[in-house]
Amino acid sequence: MSEAATLTKTVELRILRYLPASDESPSFRSFQVPYSDDMSVLQALQTIKDTLDATLSFRWSCRMAVCGSCGMMINGEPRLACNTFLRNLPPGPVTVEALKNFPIERDLVVSVGDFVKKIESIYPYIIPKEPKTVAQGTYLQTPAQLAAYESFSDCINCMLCYAACPQFGENPDFIGPGAMALLQRYNGDSRDGGQQKRLDAIAGEDGVWSCTAVGICSEVCPKHVDPANAINQNKTNSAFDFFLHYLRKDAAQ
Amino acid sequence: MSEAVPVKRSISPIFWLLFGAGGMLSALFGPALILITDVLGPTGTGLPADFESYDHALAFARNPLGKLVLLAVISLFFWHGAERIYLTLKDMKAGPLPVLKLATYGVAAAVTLVTFLLLLAIGF
Repeated sequence: MSEAATLTKTVELRILRYLPASDESPSFRSFQVPYSDDMSVLQALQTIKDTLDATLSFRWSCRMAVCGSCGMMINGEPRLACNTFLRNLPPGPVTVEALKNFPIERDLVVSVGDFVKKIESIYPYIIPKEPKTVAQGTYLQTPAQLAAYESFSDCINCMLCYAACPQFGENPDFIGPGAMALLQRYNGDSRDGGQQKRLDAIAGEDGVWSCTAVGICSEVCPKHVDPANAINQNKTNSAFDFFLHYLRKDAAQ
Repeated sequence: MSEAVPVKRSISPIFWLLFGAGGMLSALFGPALILITDVLGPTGTGLPADFESYDHALAFARNPLGKLVLLAVISLFFWHGAERIYLTLKDMKAGPLPVLKLATYGVAAAVTLVTFLLLLAIGF
């Protein structure tokens, strides 16, 4: 960027700031940033941090919608800052806030502890149907078996679906769309034998049954994971399990 | 890894399955029923002249299979609507949950019971 003259246009970013050491509550602060056509909201935030206010805090890493770090509310909608471009936003100031439905740690950084606990609660790993030794070789899978769960494995844990979900907003204990998509990623895997454990984990009111099929989780998902579909499949599974569990021998345990 | 504490099972699946069954039925038969009973019947288009006669309707309702169809269509439509309205009212915080349940699931249960009894009362 040689001539400063090419960057005369600016864009205003209204950012919700919160510095726990000095602020009682979050409040908006505006910044003017030199605008260019190829600038993402993340780049605008980086420009602010580099040139205007080094205390501004936000999470980011990959800049290419792979890592899931830079989820935030942009003009009131949960989006990844790295793949939201200023040129696609309506003219006027751009409002940037921390992800909705999560406690703010500082500026645009939210606390993810609860989300991680939910992810951990659904056994997010393959529990082999039949354990094999290395000598017995690898677990084989057909393309159709891979297709059954593959889209659910695209989740990047960006939590946009949690910020969009009104039921999670009402009930922070709701396991939520992201964890349910991950659950389906494993329950749908032909190599996995842990379906019952996972179904038991979501059979409560805060499990799959807090969902009221709003469906906005799938709309805001930047990776087209379709968590609403994962939840619906598991409502069916959990409903059958509700009646079948009376018939199982180990049900009393 | 230690086992997770077992969660208390929700009874929502019962209502959700009734909701789902009602949704399926209403999607499949609702529009056709509206068309036949509200448009074609009253205007007398495309149906046999005595299609909506009392005797025909009574004969249908006295047939055991007809009774089953009527019970399923009437009660499941109500269970479907009850679930949707209940969840909407709950989200709107329209009142205490037991009251909302009574006003929605309660109505569906009452309609189911009354329909069942009436179908028995009109005989076979």
